[in-house]
Amino acid sequence: MWEYTDKVKEHFLNPRNAGELEDANAVGEVGSMACGDALKLTLKVDDAGKIEDAKFQTFGCASAIASASALTELLKGKSLKEAEKITNQEIADYLGGLPKEKMHCSVLGRQALEAALADYKGEPQKEQEGEIVCECFGVTDIEIEKAIRENNLSSVEEVTNYTKAGGGCENCHDTIRELIAKVREEERPVTRPKLSNIRKIRMIEETLERDIRPSLQHDGGDIELVDVIGNRVLVATRGACAVCKASELTLTNFVETKLREMVWPELVVEEVKE
Amino acid sequence: MKTIYMDNNATTQVAPEVLEAMLPFLRDQYGNPSSAYTFGGQVAKKIRHAREQVADLLGASSEEITFTSCGSESDNTAIMSALHTGKDKMHIVTSRVEHPAVKVLCGHLAKEGYRITEIPVDREGRLNMDRYKESLTPDTALVSLMWANNETGVIFPVEEAARMARDRDILFHTDAVQAVGKIPIDLQNSTIDMLSISGHKLHAPKGVGVLYIRKGTKFTPFLIGGHQERGRRGGTENTASIVAMGKACELAAAHMEEENTRVKKMRDKLEKELLARVPKSRVNGAVEERLPNTSNISFEFIEGEAILLLMDEFGICASSGSACTSGSLQPSHVLRAMGIPFTMAHGSIRFSLSIYNTEKEIDFVVDKMPPIIEKLRGFSPFWKPAGQACASDAS
Repeated sequence: MWEYTDKVKEHFLNPRNAGELEDANAVGEVGSMACGDALKLTLKVDDAGKIEDAKFQTFGCASAIASASALTELLKGKSLKEAEKITNQEIADYLGGLPKEKMHCSVLGRQALEAALADYKGEPQKEQEGEIVCECFGVTDIEIEKAIRENNLSSVEEVTNYTKAGGGCENCHDTIRELIAKVREEERPVTRPKLSNIRKIRMIEETLERDIRPSLQHDGGDIELVDVIGNRVLVATRGACAVCKASELTLTNFVETKLREMVWPELVVEEVKE
Repeated sequence: MKTIYMDNNATTQVAPEVLEAMLPFLRDQYGNPSSAYTFGGQVAKKIRHAREQVADLLGASSEEITFTSCGSESDNTAIMSALHTGKDKMHIVTSRVEHPAVKVLCGHLAKEGYRITEIPVDREGRLNMDRYKESLTPDTALVSLMWANNETGVIFPVEEAARMARDRDILFHTDAVQAVGKIPIDLQNSTIDMLSISGHKLHAPKGVGVLYIRKGTKFTPFLIGGHQERGRRGGTENTASIVAMGKACELAAAHMEEENTRVKKMRDKLEKELLARVPKSRVNGAVEERLPNTSNISFEFIEGEAILLLMDEFGICASSGSACTSGSLQPSHVLRAMGIPFTMAHGSIRFSLSIYNTEKEIDFVVDKMPPIIEKLRGFSPFWKPAGQACASDAS
């Protein structure tokens, strides 16, 4: 069973603004039944460019329904300019967070919003932008790149969680890896926003769990996060690593490189002996 | 809130008689059955008795019964033993709808160079017997086919399939985890070489399984260690659970008729009422060739996880083949193998009953389900209240 926040549960059980606006002047439809979730957003925008009312129809799981409900709540009373800026992360945050495998539900909300705003401006419905990368779920390279950029994604698994791409036959995993590398390359010159300490620690933990510990454990070793002080990451080695002469090398060459790549370029890994 | 448990293909309640039988072995009778003194020997005697109880349910003899830790261990043991004893044979025949214990293991074996043939099923989930027959080659080390499917309850003709394998000197294993206790099984009159059972699917606790190995079948152990289970499975016996497994098998034999009459009647009523009260719903899987306790129903245009969570509000427990419940992004491999359209697969709910369900519970569920489906369809973009659903997207 998924661990949903109380807010997700509450919005799922009592969805706000479910239905279809008869007098909508902005309509966005995204997703499909084949993909497992779909969302139709109808908005009523007044002459001053303010969103007077918003309603949704959803085919999807509890978090898809809650995300759509949250989106309509976020939209009501906002100007079009403000609405344009709503990100998928804001939808997730409104609900107190979503399980990472369910982030695509918030992305679906953001996509429906984009489609509705384009519809309002009278922009032609773009049938498909870019090239399909994931055949199973019909996800394009442009959508994938956007998700990578906006959510700072760094692995195929994360891309799947956010866009569903790669969640089926897995044939496109290499292409997704190339897209991640491409976006990373673009981003390099741009200065990164400052990381909050909490976010930094969380990212370090996630990277350790996902990318580092499994490889070490594969060789009979392990590592444990002891503390993070500024950019110093204090770790203790376990198992085979604790008695391995080359463990220092592993720490700098593998652990530190990985953490710098995934979290923050100035991190320094230090071993604490107990 | 009372729990209405209709997910017995996932796990079952430990029968009160089973709990009673196993408790002494968690309390005073903690002796090691391998010990020389009476305090241990009396436990060994109980294990012998449990072995006979299991054998009786299967129409086997007790030396053909090996206790394991779960159904997955039994499946792994059977498949790996067949490959070890099959010398240079590099081919395995299985089906597209197997439990992960078989399916995922075969996927790993494929990476090690084994050739795997997955026999397809038809729209009703029935095995394609022509394709099965064609797939058997001199290089085939093993056939592993489930007896009954966990998601749809569809029963495969494993006895017939086993005869065809025997004619070609190919070992035959069946994952009978869902079948044992629900339909009669008589191994002495079959040519099945190995068969897996899981305790917790038939009212014994989790953590105990059985592998039946026909007398004379070449065998290599999976778990290597002590002399326990006559060298077929190392490790000190899980005495309490083994005793429980024996008792559960004895009870299953006693309840077999009830399972196929009262439970079947409740299942049929549940199914009939839901199909009648909920438009655009259908049963997945061959209606006749099916376990008496299982009903897999698709409710079109809505998604299974959302249905389950609304059912949960009433304490009703069931499963879904939707993508969102599985943690993957695609609906169940079983429904996909059957060619069930996505529009149907995402909204599939599996009810699986046991002798502990009551008519009253069926009435309750029949009463609660239609409004749940209606609520979700109420804000589904694909559902048109007039009844003529828009299926423009039903690819």
